[in-house]
Amino acid sequence: MTSRLLLAFPLAIAAIAASGLVTAAPVDYRLPEETAAFKPGRNLEAVRNNCTGCHSADYIATQPRGQKNKKDFWQAEVTKMINVYGAPIGEADVPAIVDYLASTY
Amino acid sequence: MGNARWHGVALKAVLDRAGVQAGAKQVTFNGMDGPVMDTTPDFVKALDPDHAMDGEVMLAYGMNGEDLPVLNGFPLRLIVPGYYGTYWVKHLNEITVIDTVFDGFWMKSAYRIPDTPCGCVEPGTAPKATIPINRLTVRSFITNVTDGAKLKPGTTMLKGIAFDGGKGIKEVAVSIDGGKSWTPARLGKDLGKYSFREWKLPVKLSAGSHELRVRATNNAGDTQPGEPRWNPAGYLRNVVETVRVTAA
Repeated sequence: MTSRLLLAFPLAIAAIAASGLVTAAPVDYRLPEETAAFKPGRNLEAVRNNCTGCHSADYIATQPRGQKNKKDFWQAEVTKMINVYGAPIGEADVPAIVDYLASTY
Repeated sequence: MGNARWHGVALKAVLDRAGVQAGAKQVTFNGMDGPVMDTTPDFVKALDPDHAMDGEVMLAYGMNGEDLPVLNGFPLRLIVPGYYGTYWVKHLNEITVIDTVFDGFWMKSAYRIPDTPCGCVEPGTAPKATIPINRLTVRSFITNVTDGAKLKPGTTMLKGIAFDGGKGIKEVAVSIDGGKSWTPARLGKDLGKYSFREWKLPVKLSAGSHELRVRATNNAGDTQPGEPRWNPAGYLRNVVETVRVTAA
């Protein structure tokens, strides 16, 4: 899947307009292919549906390893995503996400 | 991570033109990008006025001789030499001088390190006090041999990079015996105290397994620890890296 980033830049457009050229156009940029992938595992679908809108699998793969209690660690991370970053994760999905992360990472 | 040649103007020139009043406590930087969710705090960073006016912090519009690419922050980004990338705000369109210490989420709550000389605490413990993350630690890497690589016995040219937070790299040493003995590497061209410094060293590997390590020291004498230091967010990592190879 290729995602595209489309941004309008008011500064650049203003600069071009001031110079007398009226050829302003949105900047269209093709993003590189995603290189990080989730490990296969139970409940991966819940993670795909809730996490990938904001961040890649890298952010999960680079979390510290060797937690004493993996379930507590990942539960705290998911809670942080909801409370601190405002992730709109349905209550029913939380146990599934924690289960995938704790048993796969 | 990356290493580029930036083109732009000193932030100091712009702030001087605008006029910074006595009583300024911080300068904040915001870009045109916004969070995916409205509920996520907007990304805004802050520097102290003395730092912002040091003549090195830059507003860059060019990278490696061309306009900034979109992914690198077109049309303008902040360059904070020697500081972690979190400060290098992309798509910059708002600079504000404020008379308080900025309390936005990405300064007050996130990207913070323990307020201790090593930026570390006993693993698993909470720091008593924290400060915003700032200068890069000294780091070095072997870049032409990957962990687990199979090599031919005999001479292999090891190559890599080293960098720090702006003192400049003084020495890079390489070990092929897991850190028991070290040999200085030959340093590449000095492109400036904030640039990656290339290094290389030919090493002779006998048949068998080897632990290759690299360790840099900067001009202030700061070097890399043999064991990782710890802080809750996992920042400042600069433990000596090990690449395990087999010659056969």
